[in-house]
Amino acid sequence: MLEDLTQKLENAFKKLRGYGKLTEENIADSLKEIRRALLEADVNYKVVKDFIAAVQEKAVGEEVLRSVTPGQMIVKIVHDEMVRLLGISTMDIKTAGIPPTILMLCGLQGSGKTTFAGKLAKYLKKRGRKPMLVAADVYRPAAIEQLKVLGRSLDVPVYDEGVGDPVKIAFNAISAARQQFCDTIILDTAGRLHIDQEMMDELVRVKSRVRPHEILFVADGMTGQDAVNTASEFAGKLDFNGVVLTKMDGDARGGAALSIRAVTGKPIKFISIGEKMDELEQFHPDRIASRILGMGDVVTLVEKAQDGIDQAKAKKLEEKLKRAEFDLEDFLDQLQQIKKMGSLESLLKMIPGVGKQIKNAQVDERGLVRVEAIINSMTKEERLNPKILNGSRRKRIAMGSGTRVQDVNQLMSQFQQMKKMMKQMKGKSLKGFGGMPFGLA
Amino acid sequence: MAFGKMKKGLSKTRGGVFARMSRLFTAKRKIDEDLLEELEELLIAGDVGVDTTFYLLDRIRFRVKKERYENAEELDRLIRSEVSDLLLGEEIKQADSKPQVILVVGVNGTGKTTSIAKLATYYTNQGKKVLLAAADTFRAAAIEQLSIWGERIGCDVIKHQQNADPAAVVFDAVNAAQARGADYLIVDTAGRLHTKVNLMNELEKIKKIIQRQIPDAPHEVILVLDAGNGQNAVSQAREFIKSTDVNSIFLTKLDGTARGGVVLSIKRDLGVPVRYVGLGEKAEDMAVFDPAEFVEGLFANE
Repeated sequence: MLEDLTQKLENAFKKLRGYGKLTEENIADSLKEIRRALLEADVNYKVVKDFIAAVQEKAVGEEVLRSVTPGQMIVKIVHDEMVRLLGISTMDIKTAGIPPTILMLCGLQGSGKTTFAGKLAKYLKKRGRKPMLVAADVYRPAAIEQLKVLGRSLDVPVYDEGVGDPVKIAFNAISAARQQFCDTIILDTAGRLHIDQEMMDELVRVKSRVRPHEILFVADGMTGQDAVNTASEFAGKLDFNGVVLTKMDGDARGGAALSIRAVTGKPIKFISIGEKMDELEQFHPDRIASRILGMGDVVTLVEKAQDGIDQAKAKKLEEKLKRAEFDLEDFLDQLQQIKKMGSLESLLKMIPGVGKQIKNAQVDERGLVRVEAIINSMTKEERLNPKILNGSRRKRIAMGSGTRVQDVNQLMSQFQQMKKMMKQMKGKSLKGFGGMPFGLA
Repeated sequence: MAFGKMKKGLSKTRGGVFARMSRLFTAKRKIDEDLLEELEELLIAGDVGVDTTFYLLDRIRFRVKKERYENAEELDRLIRSEVSDLLLGEEIKQADSKPQVILVVGVNGTGKTTSIAKLATYYTNQGKKVLLAAADTFRAAAIEQLSIWGERIGCDVIKHQQNADPAAVVFDAVNAAQARGADYLIVDTAGRLHTKVNLMNELEKIKKIIQRQIPDAPHEVILVLDAGNGQNAVSQAREFIKSTDVNSIFLTKLDGTARGGVVLSIKRDLGVPVRYVGLGEKAEDMAVFDPAEFVEGLFANE
């Protein structure tokens, strides 16, 4: 598949080396590749058609910058165009002048409304709001129970009337919220098909009865071509304010984001990335754009790196690297910084082209723990000067770290190799190297 | 078997189901590249996926040339036969002795529990004794959901507490099924994304527990797939096959406008056929999969 789109386009462009301008003829191949990438990512085919036309118009006549290849150039144009289409980022939830603020969730069955309701409650609670969950899904067996369990675990009040009329429940919830001093109501409605007139009318009735300040359409991030039909139907009936994409922790490319945005023009506000209650992120168009194109999420990776890395330490390390004086103490530092950034697997997935390759290979997080244990079992002297590690020292270290002597040996030989590599790089530019531990790993 | 039910379920919500297909084919059109391009659009719009679409178009081009088809009407039949051929699957193996164990897996929110209720109803109506195992101990209120269905249908549900070990539930359920002489044991599992390795390993463990007691079980492993899903469904199927040897697909939510064309890619790449389709929220809203009817739905008008 198209995990590394840029690479593919480079190949398509190989024969075009030397062209200084993008023309209709020389980008035809790459547009075909991009079309394919978008379709594989489940972007609706009509949206793809318009999109490709727009990109073509933009790209033709564009000068190819000296520093990039035509392939990179066109990916950049596509990426920019996509970000423009996906809209401005970080749209926050509205607040009502007079509480309670009413937020209403809607969507198909199984899109993840109830789980998102819980996450949103936690998200708001963290920001000092006092949310209340309202169980207006009176159809699915045990849906109310599910919300109650979530409410209990989050310590958020849940309003329900058992199996009743959703319109009434929603309305009564307002006074209940006032009584309990809750400033935000999250209305969890039943999942429904967009072509089920009766059920859609029910949502319209709920809307006109309680006048929600914000309606969020919850969509499964794995949705295919049909995303445009459901989204436009919901938009037509309810005129929702924003979109939530769920189940984005899988390997779906999330082309539905582009489809929904293109058809409804409504902003995507959140993406939901797991079953734990705090796994909710604000939406970043540039990151989704990269993901749809299969380019990896370099921006998030760099951001995480910046978050996790102590800049002063990085600076010191860079100095050391320049003099090729890297020792095990530094190595340990690096390991700990990487660990701060999150699980190795999730980090690797953000690197362009890596996602697909490591999908099957299990990343052994315990390997890192072992390495850490080994280094921790060394004396300070040994860490600064690994050369003194003789047989008996190695045996002691293995015993101390609960590993085998072979493991210690292996680590040492890896370390030596790394040092060798660094010596070779000595003299070359190390700019940006200290900040990115991946150059070392 | 409920013949024609699938068709009814599909046409219920799709006014003018065949309109576009007929516009494409019955007009006295010649088979040319324009026509094939329209066909390509139809297939892709039905979530068939780029690779499989190209494969089908190549097959059709080849046969058009070889068998000298000329007008579009003939193409209609040709497509139906190509797609139906692609979708046909072998019969499911039957248990040597009772019970027939059915393991149901899938990602979150595809409709596993509802599908199980449908299967249970289907077999109960045939006079079979069905036992359900509530091995989704993770999602809040999943056990309650299955229990409510069990009461409505009138079959027993083996359950533990929430957050209990699902393998333990399955162990008890297999014992109970044997002791009570159930014809079918249907095991509900928690929804899990196929990329979560630990959760996928848990499924493998469940399978092993079943096998320890009944070596040729589970006889059927059903992957429940949301018809609304796009190309990611292939990736789902691939991973679930790895951990549990999926041999059936239950395609749900086909009563909407989604067409579930991705099952073509799954069958072509991974060999697993669709056997059941879900067409609504009631326990009776299920049909045994019929390739011919599915093809018609695939080319439905928008």
